[in-house]
Amino acid sequence: MRVQNMFSVAGPQAERIAELWWITFAICLVVFAAVLVATGLALWKGRKGTGSGHGAHLAVASAVGVSTVLLLFLIVASVATDRALAQIDASDALKIEVVGNRWWWDIRYQDPDPSRRFTTANEIAIPVGRAVELTLRANDVIHSFWVPALHGKKDLIPGRTATLTLRADKPGTYRGQCAEFCGVQHAKMALFVYALPAQEYEAWAEQQRRPAPPPADGPQQLGHDLFVKGTCAMCHAIQGTPANGRRAPDLTHFASRKTIGAGTVPNDPQQLAVWISDPHAVKPGVNMPAHAFLKREELAALVAYLGSLK
Amino acid sequence: MFSLAFLLGGCEREQRQFKLPAPESASPAPERTRHEENAHSVAQGKLWFRWFNCVGCHSLGGGGMGPALMDENWRYGREPQSIYETIMNGRPNGMPSFRGRITEDQAWQLVAYVRSMSGLIAQDVAPGRHDGLSAVPPENLRDKR
Repeated sequence: MRVQNMFSVAGPQAERIAELWWITFAICLVVFAAVLVATGLALWKGRKGTGSGHGAHLAVASAVGVSTVLLLFLIVASVATDRALAQIDASDALKIEVVGNRWWWDIRYQDPDPSRRFTTANEIAIPVGRAVELTLRANDVIHSFWVPALHGKKDLIPGRTATLTLRADKPGTYRGQCAEFCGVQHAKMALFVYALPAQEYEAWAEQQRRPAPPPADGPQQLGHDLFVKGTCAMCHAIQGTPANGRRAPDLTHFASRKTIGAGTVPNDPQQLAVWISDPHAVKPGVNMPAHAFLKREELAALVAYLGSLK
Repeated sequence: MFSLAFLLGGCEREQRQFKLPAPESASPAPERTRHEENAHSVAQGKLWFRWFNCVGCHSLGGGGMGPALMDENWRYGREPQSIYETIMNGRPNGMPSFRGRITEDQAWQLVAYVRSMSGLIAQDVAPGRHDGLSAVPPENLRDKR
């Protein structure tokens, strides 16, 4: 699990943001040092009682002058960075809708051809070197989309639509995080961006467009039936089955995802069993209800079925 | 002084018990008190009311294909147990059974919310706002019917 770092940049926009950060940091560092030196000098002179009004006026005037120049420079640098961030060629951009929910990300890949659209959650694969236009919306409260290696923050506000265009130039996995406090599990609302070479991305997307594979054996069949006829299908969807809930993450290719609960725990059978039977032990406050009433073999069957959804 | 007293009064209003202790007896009385005395439970009930498409027939309480839930008329009684059975077993002429589709906790949360619609639960527990636009006052400002 990679950590977030806005200085290990992977795209042109994050690079400009990091540059602006370093410029601001350097200027502030110099000003801070100068203020300390000036304060020290003043204290030293004051101790000897040789200070005169005339020198003080000059010092204040020059400090105001230098501050004004430096602040103006920072404004110019900030505006220039903002302009640079907006100037990205988005003519052939991949369009993805990102919807913030408490506490997970709904990821909907758009396409002019409806049969090529697909939905996933908490993990976004994008092709390297191609612009990606994210449409950001929120379902409940304000969230904020922040993948520091690629771009700055952008708020997701209920009832409004925001767009964020970004590009990854280096393949890799970049962690992102909700950056606006959104409730008790705000800290466990992570997402992962996988920047893949173009061909790998196409293969991944083609795989995601397929409906879920049918259950292969007895336990998987039992898991499928429990899922479709029980509580799961009230909120979750699995394409290719009657389960079509739209309130919780789409699980069509759940087994291909690396984490459960928006980056909370790794996606393996043990963690999945714990998550299904008692999600509040892992992520207190999620809307997923506890399923402690499931029999042992029912839980194992659900885990086996979900584990087969590659 | 008064405002401090009000603040203290609100302390446990929304205490969130994500892991509710098992009821001590099989009777529904503990279920009722657990959920009807906790603002978080009622708010969750309000969420399920939209999520599981109760609004499809009952609208936001005013009724449509299904009967209104914010008035004083109850076809099968206003007691929590009757409402619970309506939700879990269904009723003739359209109300579907949700048994096996939602958990028992979710059903009791829905019961608490349905009762809040006609002012049957304490004002300080009932939801104080809507997530969307609504033509009616929030549940905590409704008179008991």
